[in-house]
Amino acid sequence: MIGTKGTVEAVNGNMVSVRFDGPVSMNEVGFVKVADKQLKSEVIRIRGDISQLQVFEVTKGIAVGDTVEYTGDMLSVEVGPGLLGQVYDGLQNPLPKLTAVAGMFLERGIYLDPLPSDVAWEFTPVAKVGDTVERADTLGTVPEAAFTHRIMVPFGLYGTYTVVSIKGPGSYKLRDTIAELKDEKGNTVPVSLSFRWPVKRPIDCFVERFKPTEPMVTRVRLIDTFFPVARGGTYCIPGPFGAGKTVLQQITSQNADVDIVILAACGERAGEVVETLKEFPELKDPKTGHSLMERTIIICNTSSMPVASREASVYTGVTLAEYYRQMGLNVLLLADSTSRWAQAMREMSGRLEEIPGEEAFPAYLESTIASFYERAGTVRLRDGNVGSVTIGGTVSPAGGNFEEPVTQATLKVVGAFHGLSRERSDARKFPAIHPLDSWSKYKGIINAEKVSYAHGFMRRGSEVEQMMKVVGEEGTSIEDYVIYLKGELIDSVYFQQNSFDAVDAAVSPERQKHSFALLLKIMATLFSFPDKNEARSWFNRLRQKFLDYNGSEWQNDKFKALEKEIESTVAEQSKGLDKAAEKILAL
Amino acid sequence: MNKVYSKIESITGSVITVKAEGIRYGDLAEVDTVFGTSLAEVNRLNGDLVSLQVFAGGRGISTGDTVRFLGRQMQVPFSDNLMGRVFSGSGTPRDNGPALHDNPIPIGGPSVNPANRIIPRNMIRTGIPMIDLFNTLVVSQKLPIFSVSGEPYNDLLARIAMQAEVDVIVLGGMGLKYDDYLFFKDTLEEGGALSRTVMFVHTASDPTVECLMIPDMSLAVAEQFALQGKDVLVLLTDMTNFADAMKEISIIQEQVPSNRGYPGDLYSQLASRYEKAVDFESAGSITILGVTTMPGDDVTHPVPDNTGYITEGQYYLKNGRIEPFGSLSRLKQQVNGKTRADHRALMDGMIKLYSAYRDTLEKKAMGFIMTPWDAKLLKYGELFEKKMMDLTVNIPLEGALDLGWEILSDCFSPEETGLRTELITKFWPKKD
Repeated sequence: MIGTKGTVEAVNGNMVSVRFDGPVSMNEVGFVKVADKQLKSEVIRIRGDISQLQVFEVTKGIAVGDTVEYTGDMLSVEVGPGLLGQVYDGLQNPLPKLTAVAGMFLERGIYLDPLPSDVAWEFTPVAKVGDTVERADTLGTVPEAAFTHRIMVPFGLYGTYTVVSIKGPGSYKLRDTIAELKDEKGNTVPVSLSFRWPVKRPIDCFVERFKPTEPMVTRVRLIDTFFPVARGGTYCIPGPFGAGKTVLQQITSQNADVDIVILAACGERAGEVVETLKEFPELKDPKTGHSLMERTIIICNTSSMPVASREASVYTGVTLAEYYRQMGLNVLLLADSTSRWAQAMREMSGRLEEIPGEEAFPAYLESTIASFYERAGTVRLRDGNVGSVTIGGTVSPAGGNFEEPVTQATLKVVGAFHGLSRERSDARKFPAIHPLDSWSKYKGIINAEKVSYAHGFMRRGSEVEQMMKVVGEEGTSIEDYVIYLKGELIDSVYFQQNSFDAVDAAVSPERQKHSFALLLKIMATLFSFPDKNEARSWFNRLRQKFLDYNGSEWQNDKFKALEKEIESTVAEQSKGLDKAAEKILAL
Repeated sequence: MNKVYSKIESITGSVITVKAEGIRYGDLAEVDTVFGTSLAEVNRLNGDLVSLQVFAGGRGISTGDTVRFLGRQMQVPFSDNLMGRVFSGSGTPRDNGPALHDNPIPIGGPSVNPANRIIPRNMIRTGIPMIDLFNTLVVSQKLPIFSVSGEPYNDLLARIAMQAEVDVIVLGGMGLKYDDYLFFKDTLEEGGALSRTVMFVHTASDPTVECLMIPDMSLAVAEQFALQGKDVLVLLTDMTNFADAMKEISIIQEQVPSNRGYPGDLYSQLASRYEKAVDFESAGSITILGVTTMPGDDVTHPVPDNTGYITEGQYYLKNGRIEPFGSLSRLKQQVNGKTRADHRALMDGMIKLYSAYRDTLEKKAMGFIMTPWDAKLLKYGELFEKKMMDLTVNIPLEGALDLGWEILSDCFSPEETGLRTELITKFWPKKD
């Protein structure tokens, strides 16, 4: 097929105006030829016979009169076996392979096949000749890492098809035809192990979308116990720079209880991305014992990569997530940071000279953010299996001001909000998620009434603290002071976690339930102290034991001994249980 | 041999437009005026209209002046002869030395493929406890110093440069006051560092366009030294001036302004410079320390805000000290796990207590009775500020850690520190 051609009329930054001579569609990909290079671009506006293309590369060297070739395809990703373990840029270029071709630096105009075409996959057919199939139906399977990768009817084949031929069990390469399908008009379509799908169109080959109910355990106490995330749900982590978003995401990506994790970095620091790139292959997946990288895909767009590629990266990430969901798997997409993505949108909108909205963001900011998060969900597939895509996005508002447009637009559409606070991170409290500002609409691993009872101490403790700022410690009753100390205890031994400590960095749900029960009992216990100094020093001692307890291996001797010590320390000072709490403890 | 155009169609600020064909985006040209010859760079093409930014500015340019396209992009000569020299933003000598033309290299090239990077692993010791102990500087790190006008940020930059162990220093000055330029030159000379320094300096009175070239020239040179195996420290001051120069030029060119008048691609522009920081696996490294002045001490201002999301942390300079709050070295955990067993715990524990001290100060200011606990915190805070935060202190990290335990034991009982028992057993000073 001969595509439409065009010539460059104007260059302004990374936008090129091109006069074209045939049909051109919106979001179509075109290549601008400059010297010996072809620069990938996307059509973002068409007026008469001029199309405007956003070039995904540096535009230096382009001249008026240079040729442009349109491809006829929207910006798409290739899906098929071999995606797991890959490190891509936002345009699905495999970065490690790029090294072999381009060397050390990110030379422009070099595009490689996203999937290895020379690897042989062990194919087992599922469908038979004569079967009637629809898009996303399974034709066969190949093993990929620890998963059974389904070879499906390409999602772009709308209507019903009959299987005309299908290969028997054996090894096949990516581009080998493994089946032929006949449509209702009698046309035959060959199917191979992979196909392409446009990133900006959600994959919708499912029967039903459910309300997310099952918790997605992250092993962060503050999240799992207090502000849980659900599989198939959405959550956001806004916070100023330096408040700990990155560390939190790294911990989540390693510990989240899902099958596959996709990290989409849009405009992040190379120095931090490299940590993930180098560490993941070294880390072991606690579930399989294999490298964590075998269940991970990294979309890595550092801040110095071209803006349009950064804009594309979250879509590339979510499309791959949806693809694996079609296999009945649970996938987590972590987008870091959606503010950089929104900023890329703003930059492109400015270049198009669109009328700017609030803070110069484009008017369609909210709807774009909403439709991105709406691509999450738990769904029932045509074969009855259930899969999910969970989306967690970080937001980086200026100065941590959550009133700004990106945070606000995100808050409208997510199910949980983990707001990071500058004060908490300044005081080196990790995670710096604010326990009073954050919320979640999902069900967690612990009874909600118990959680709410414990949370009450944090809330009331903070009220007492505020009051003390007005009337002083001397003007506070000892009862209120003890509530304040209880709140402080929850904060320091449960909300906070030591991310450097091998044991405390990631806590299993069983252990969370166990130590939460212990803490809840302390909350419910009535204490009496002669004065505030005694109270403070007793709580200091208790905190010390609890911190050592948090750092001991689950259920080893030291752990058990420290637990006994905590219990006896509490018993020494106990004046019985709060009557109101007895009911809650019994739940 | 190159075609000369002698009709300038329009002049707006420092941007001129000529009718020409076959010109490539980013190409250089020379503009001959009665005041001499200046470089200009193509920054917009529209049919046969070519817009160029004239480095020397638009003042005095006549429609009858000639424009000669060079058919190449901006370059900088690279050789060991650069050492000890000072150049302007157009690459001409600022000192009395000869102009250099040998081995021209392009500027503003691509950054390193992240897949090729190595995890930052080496600490840069500075002898300053607020850096070494609390916010360790790491080889290949990109870090700004957030500061308000009037703070001694250039002094701090120079001090770090003198004390840090590196092979080459590249100083990029943007909108520098002439005095500051001389200050750097004198300080580096006195410290014996001038011979391993290359300076690209744009002073406040030089044409704005030249300011834009400084970071790219500095980083291109730094990169070549790094590829030769040298550890290079690039000092950029002041990046806010750089951003303001971008703002000025984009508005003159009638670009739709984004936040507070800055161009929409401010983030991308800053990022492509900062991302040049790198540690090459089998060669040297580039570490970038920049100064970002915050107009009105406002960290939400677009320049510090965007910078913070690109860089690997920041040092806040306030009242002549590096603030414990807000200051952050994101890469510190790559190195501080290997220094000494107490480093990480002491770092967090001391800051937690310092944060409590600040709360107590507030209470004290409001006239509340100080409890015994408050009294301990007050003593601690004063010692911390006096012994740890003083930027003139020059002690090795291990000394600073010992000093930390000393301060803690002078003020608190062990369980008041929130530090784990095993560390306390090992490091708590035994007093007679």
